[in-house]
Amino acid sequence: MAGQLLDALIAVVSGIGVCVLYFAGSNYLLERIFSNEKGFSSSKDQWRRAIQPWLFLAPALFLLSVYLVYPVFETIRLSFFNFGGFDFVGLKNYIWAFGNPEFMQAIYNNLLWLVFVPTLSVVFGLLVAVLADKVFWGAIAKSLIFMPMAISFVGASVIWKFVYDYRGPEIEQIGILNAFVMLFGSEPQAWITLPFWNNFFLMVILIWIQTGFAMVIFSAALRGIPEESLEAARIDGANEIQIFFKIMIPQIVVTIMVVWTTITIIVLKIFDIVLAMTNGQWHTEVLANLMFDWMFRGGGDSGRGSVIALMIMIAVIPIMVWNISNFRKEEEGR
Amino acid sequence: MNPLSLKKLSFAKILNSTGLLVLVLLWILPTVGLLVSSFRDKDQLALSGWWTALSTAERNEFRRTGIPDEQYKRDGRYVISGKLLEPGGKIIQTFSTNFRKLTANTAGETAIFKDGSLFTLQENGDYEWISAVPFKHKRGKRIFYVAKVPPTFSLDNYREVLASEGVGQSFINTLKVTIPATVIPIMIASFAAYAFAWMKFPGRQFLFVFVVGLLVVPLQMSLIPLLSMYNDIGNYFGVAAKSYPGIWLAHTGFGLPLAIYLLRNYMGSLPREIIESAKIDGATHFQIFTRLVLPLSVPALASFCIFQFLWVWNDLLVALVFLGKKDEQIVLTSKLRELLGSRGDNWEILTSSAFISIVVPLLVFFALQRYFVRGLVTGSVKS
Repeated sequence: MAGQLLDALIAVVSGIGVCVLYFAGSNYLLERIFSNEKGFSSSKDQWRRAIQPWLFLAPALFLLSVYLVYPVFETIRLSFFNFGGFDFVGLKNYIWAFGNPEFMQAIYNNLLWLVFVPTLSVVFGLLVAVLADKVFWGAIAKSLIFMPMAISFVGASVIWKFVYDYRGPEIEQIGILNAFVMLFGSEPQAWITLPFWNNFFLMVILIWIQTGFAMVIFSAALRGIPEESLEAARIDGANEIQIFFKIMIPQIVVTIMVVWTTITIIVLKIFDIVLAMTNGQWHTEVLANLMFDWMFRGGGDSGRGSVIALMIMIAVIPIMVWNISNFRKEEEGR
Repeated sequence: MNPLSLKKLSFAKILNSTGLLVLVLLWILPTVGLLVSSFRDKDQLALSGWWTALSTAERNEFRRTGIPDEQYKRDGRYVISGKLLEPGGKIIQTFSTNFRKLTANTAGETAIFKDGSLFTLQENGDYEWISAVPFKHKRGKRIFYVAKVPPTFSLDNYREVLASEGVGQSFINTLKVTIPATVIPIMIASFAAYAFAWMKFPGRQFLFVFVVGLLVVPLQMSLIPLLSMYNDIGNYFGVAAKSYPGIWLAHTGFGLPLAIYLLRNYMGSLPREIIESAKIDGATHFQIFTRLVLPLSVPALASFCIFQFLWVWNDLLVALVFLGKKDEQIVLTSKLRELLGSRGDNWEILTSSAFISIVVPLLVFFALQRYFVRGLVTGSVKS
């Protein structure tokens, strides 16, 4: 154990050390080579000023090019090539995808997720944000509902798989959902193997995680609504429900859209939950899991995998662009 | 306010509180179930729901008495005595020699067997078997009993997964991935962010927009080319394709656009006068950055730090692609998913492993919640 820890420590320190060494070392060298003892601007000084920004930027630009820019073009190229990436096959991979029942199932499921997860997360998040503002223990309540945000998708999958656990009807259930169902005299079910409905049992996990995120953002936005406008409405005889729909919602509608789209992007890339819970069996396949599958299936088919990756990218881009431009507008409005 | 509206108000308040309470309970119940289960005895965990963990279970069992070799004489009669239960808190309720009549005798009573011998069994399992003639049976006699098993909680499950399931090693592996994959992108991004905010160079605006544009690239787009690139590099130089530096750099690359974007916005909003006056005093950019801008940017750095830490710690996809599945490389999330497949019914192993994997993020989260929330909120709401 101690040996493993020491080993890890050495790796961590050397990894970070190389990084520190680059920045400190390169700048030290720069100052030494183009040192300017007289204190006036000289040609050396100009050189230094021209070079220094690139020293600061070099690692970032290099890593961005290698890890994001190059792969985008390479994935597009690979989508027109066969499984090993050597022979040009035109649109064959695309035609395969749209004729493939697994792929269409994944598209269909992704659409289901897109409809329900952002909607329900936003609804629950808003509900908790409003309710918690009115009770003295609101901060604790919010903290507890926010907690799943810190839990990994895989950890959450274990937690919920335990909730959905199924045993035959003759023995005692240890999954709380089946125990609850039996309490009302119904038969226990193997929830995650029920086609169509199992999608919803998987979605619950993501809703459980994302509600906390939505709540935190809404809570902050609601606090930004001037108290006078709420007070004025109350004096005019509006009840709390009217205030909620007619005053609060219109005031935070932009925030709602931002949260909605942020969760939408997470949903489009959803992978871990499906992999851990069903690995796409029982008609629960989604695009990201199918893509991961094709990366390794039969030694890996880079052509088909790339087509699926592109589909995810095409779905994400418009939402992301909308989100960023919205964010920038708000930044400028500050 | 008239009494009627006051009444209505309090009714609404009660509705409000109960509604919130129900939601909170629904939200924490699954996690509580996991936590409680991870401390339960593994046999009890497999037989009863975690919500019964605090109640006492009843169990039907049997044990054998001692053999005739153990008998001794007392007051002219033959006696075999001993303990049926090992110490552990079980309490015997009823007992019998016939498993169909488990409730024939109550603990503490003396039963008369067919051969006329007397058998007394105490609640704690101590027994005394007395006979007028010497005992001659070959094996110990079977005694069936109903025992109450009080709830037991222990760290046994944790001990097991940490030592023999390799979760301990995975924990260290995760740390080995997470710490550099959090520190390196912050360092690289803050230098770049400073350059974008305060240095003059051609193409500055264009490059920054380009970096922000990379935010739209989903992780999935990068995986296939990077996987084959890593394999090629591994083959060409004769090194392992899956390595820790490999995954650090991957996480750095994927985290950079957001980090540069957030940090540049923060650094750009620092007052210009401070930086100008430092320049006039003859400070170099490197000095201004390390001694002035970096300390001033601590809130933004902290927010991103928490984001990146949680993201890397909880990541499964990048780890599956860039790290191997051998003991010395497998991270907690990957391990947990493997256990879900191989030990799917061993809930004592799954629950304790899952808790080990979520305890660090939970601690970070509760300790630094304020920074985390601030980071989220500045990213999404108009101030």
